[in-house]
Amino acid sequence: MDTRAPQPMFDTDELVINMGPQHPATHGVLRVVLRLDGERVVDADVVIGYLHRGVEKLCENRDWTQIVLITDRMDYVASATNNLGYCETVEKLLAFEVPRRARYVRTILAELQRLASHLVWVGSHAMDIGAITVFLYALRERELILDLFEEFCGARLTYNSMRIGGLPLDVPSRWGKKVLQFCDVMMQKLPEYEVLLTHNRIWLERTREVGVISGPEAIAVGLSGPPLRASGIPRDVRKDEPYAAYDEMQFDIPLGTRGDTYDRYLVRLEEMRQSVRIIRQAMDGLPEGPIVGKVPRLIKPPAGETYHANESPKGEIGYFIVSDGKATSPYRFRVRPPSFCNLQALPRLVRGHLVADVIAIVGTIDIVLGEVDR
Amino acid sequence: MADENTPDSPGDVRPAPAAPKPGAERAAVTSGEGAPVTPKPAVARAEGGEGAKPAPTKAPAGGGGHKPAAAAPPLPPDPPPPADVEQPAFVKALVAAFPDAGLQFSFWVGDWTVLVGVERLLDVARFLRDAPEALFDFCSDVTAIDWPARTERRFDVVYCLYSTRLRHRIRIKTHAGESHAVPSVTPVWPAANWLEREVFDMFGVRFSGHPDLRRILMPEDWQGHPQRKDYPLEGPGELILESPQEWLRLRQAVEESEIE
Repeated sequence: MDTRAPQPMFDTDELVINMGPQHPATHGVLRVVLRLDGERVVDADVVIGYLHRGVEKLCENRDWTQIVLITDRMDYVASATNNLGYCETVEKLLAFEVPRRARYVRTILAELQRLASHLVWVGSHAMDIGAITVFLYALRERELILDLFEEFCGARLTYNSMRIGGLPLDVPSRWGKKVLQFCDVMMQKLPEYEVLLTHNRIWLERTREVGVISGPEAIAVGLSGPPLRASGIPRDVRKDEPYAAYDEMQFDIPLGTRGDTYDRYLVRLEEMRQSVRIIRQAMDGLPEGPIVGKVPRLIKPPAGETYHANESPKGEIGYFIVSDGKATSPYRFRVRPPSFCNLQALPRLVRGHLVADVIAIVGTIDIVLGEVDR
Repeated sequence: MADENTPDSPGDVRPAPAAPKPGAERAAVTSGEGAPVTPKPAVARAEGGEGAKPAPTKAPAGGGGHKPAAAAPPLPPDPPPPADVEQPAFVKALVAAFPDAGLQFSFWVGDWTVLVGVERLLDVARFLRDAPEALFDFCSDVTAIDWPARTERRFDVVYCLYSTRLRHRIRIKTHAGESHAVPSVTPVWPAANWLEREVFDMFGVRFSGHPDLRRILMPEDWQGHPQRKDYPLEGPGELILESPQEWLRLRQAVEESEIE
């Protein structure tokens, strides 16, 4: 007599699969170990560190002025923002007042950089989900920004565009006019992405109600930048703790309501419009004057420590620097990497979703592995 | 060749880790000099059960005024707040709530830092998150600083906090050692999870009660903690990991060839 229990029709064991580190949709060398129940994600473990270069240790062994160059290599899609954060932190330690013109140009560079970073994001995010055209459009406009940066500082990716106390160079003649022309082009081209995505049925199906996180929860897990604002939290370092010339600029903070992938997309697109608005204001009000302040040749901040935050395209980038007042390099150099802190929320966001949604969620967090691993 | 290179190599800007002993004496001297300075801002200091913790050197509030000897290994500056700076509401609330916790405040370029003993860390963290004057709901950053000159509890673990509602910042600092674990603040701020893992990875500070204390950036079988001051900048090299005996033999051969 057969007393065995009837066999279930399907095997319900959990399946562990590895996404990455070589995977086209993980934007670099991100590895996610997924535990699956069928197509559903039960849990995810993020494995990082494949691109770890010891940036912090390296910076503790370089001169204060040499570090600007290393900060380029962290978030290489938004180098100018990294430069700005570092220079301002050292200026805060030195209690140094940056000339007004330099602060304005820095604001313009930071906003151009935000546009470039968001363009890369919208292109690659859409391509991950399957819309390849947007990628080509977005990189076409990013090229114009890189041209502007090339004209300003000679480099197209790692700019080394700021100095402690100001900027290395004044803006070239007619550069301002080109920036304003670019702003017009950008405002014309933005609707092109929206036509392709915003009301696209496939896009809506793939992004709505995917990776939802509420505002209080987003704060608790340490999200910052557009992902936090998409959950309805009005938190922007540019408004809350103004730096550069943001206290003299008029701009709005776009907020989401649902905290899903679609809202994060809408928030970033609106941020691009606001960036254009800031660039136009700063360009119109660009004051005359010196581009760099009188900085001592040998920079040696007095003994002390500080934390200074900036709004990078990815979120809050903070520099915590300790000076011992004696050495020509920082005693402790620490970056609060926004990509790293935002990536921490990935397991929480993907739980319960389909494997295909993991791609969408990794894209929506907007990570750069160079910054996650440093 | 090597002798010519050493003064220029940036790795030698730092005092060599092999000389902590004269440094410890120096530190004692400087803190003795600093002693007349400390009682002045006694407003912000609540003395109490500090236990066996060595007192950090106090730099005068001006900062750049004094020039200590170049050879002294650095100790944390932690300047006490000058008397003319008004304390924000959250500092006053903190002093009132923990009169016997031995809190020390420091103030530099507009940033407030509170130094807490490890045993009261979680209480202070919960208070700062929940008190209506503080509401520090956002844990920006967790990091550590290595002060090898301080032989006992050589690490400062630093928590950078921000309040998304009241829009102010504070830092909590606590002393940790290789054998002195710090309670994890992940129950208070889940955001500290990966940041504490990174501190554990880079400095070897242990966090008790952490849900998942593993290395995060370095490989799991890595030896040593790279952000410590006595860890070489160029790393241990690959050979030392694979076969330490080989490495020793090679090193001896190099030294012998240099002597010849």
